[in-house]
Amino acid sequence: MDIKSDEPALRALMLAGLDGDEASHKTLLMKLSAYLRAYFKGRLVRIGRGPADAEDLVQETVIALHTRRQTYDRSQLFTPWVYAIARYRLIDYLRRTKMSVMDVSVEEADEVLAADDPAAVESTLDLDTLMAQISPKARQAIRHVKLDGLSVSETAALIGMSPSAVKVSVHRGLKALSRLINQRS
Amino acid sequence: MKTEELINMLGTNLEPVKGGQLRKTLLVALAVAVGAVGAICLMWNALHMPADVQGGGHFGFKAIALAFTLGLAATGARILFTCAQPGQPVRKPLMLIGLLPLMVVSAACVAPAVLDPATWSTMILGGPWGTCLICIPIFAVIPFVAFIWALRKGAPTHLTLTGAVAGLVAGALGAAAVVVHQTGHSIPLIALWYGGPIALCAVVGGILGPRLLRW
Repeated sequence: MDIKSDEPALRALMLAGLDGDEASHKTLLMKLSAYLRAYFKGRLVRIGRGPADAEDLVQETVIALHTRRQTYDRSQLFTPWVYAIARYRLIDYLRRTKMSVMDVSVEEADEVLAADDPAAVESTLDLDTLMAQISPKARQAIRHVKLDGLSVSETAALIGMSPSAVKVSVHRGLKALSRLINQRS
Repeated sequence: MKTEELINMLGTNLEPVKGGQLRKTLLVALAVAVGAVGAICLMWNALHMPADVQGGGHFGFKAIALAFTLGLAATGARILFTCAQPGQPVRKPLMLIGLLPLMVVSAACVAPAVLDPATWSTMILGGPWGTCLICIPIFAVIPFVAFIWALRKGAPTHLTLTGAVAGLVAGALGAAAVVVHQTGHSIPLIALWYGGPIALCAVVGGILGPRLLRW
């Protein structure tokens, strides 16, 4: 299955996810992570990096796709949006790790995300270590809402914040996590 | 960490996203930019800056200069909206933005040829060039900061280009403020002393882009 023929299905999942459908959003991210894995593995193997590095990049991109999803214009095609973010994250990664950016050519989305690879390995990222570095408020909010699965109002009652403050904390916390992951070398 | 765990975490208690939020943010930045430049325009006399050293009789040139600067700002602003979203084609609108300076520069090249060579030096140096060079970049600061703030809420993937366009729009707005009070009396002057500082702003924006917009 290649990503271009998958466009209508992926776009439908994205639109449902933007409207708040959890299952669609998770399915979408799982499908995309398989495409991203094949893409990044292919690029990184050429410069002598292993599957764990590729998995780091997959997770970095998955968080970017999630935290920046408000930048997707619902009237546009979905896969070029994914490709642009994936390519940006790859270039940023190569720059950070002092690899040559010349290795990344300017392909079209359909060439790049041509295959999927569901064989995930564990990344080198550790969620607990990352969580320890964000603000206590955001950490608490993410732990309850995102990891323990409590609702926003339950969390708000539990930690004595207003529901909107909980939402803001979760949002900021995820962005902070994303930043931490992007800045590691 | 397993990717599946991460995805489970991201998807749990998913908040719906309202459409057009990024657009609204950019519009706010644009409003702030235009407002700041408008305020500078109104304060011009209070700041004791010289208004129209040329005597104010050049309505035609003022209109051309205003059309040039505001045209640049408007086309550039449209490109900013596409730059903030990943995966949108930017090449075509960029050609559009190249068209305006090209028209003015070619007009500027033709003008000396049809005029008396004796007037060339006053034509090029006889304007408010000092004001332009200093004021345009200064006036561009607030708009530039507003654009960067908004773009950081988006996901620009071409950072140099995005920074350059932000600088260009900010510079063009700053130039429009100067045009309202002072205009040269020739097209080469408009091209040189307004186009030059705007280009400078774009270059500075391009250099700052990767630093300010990285995500």
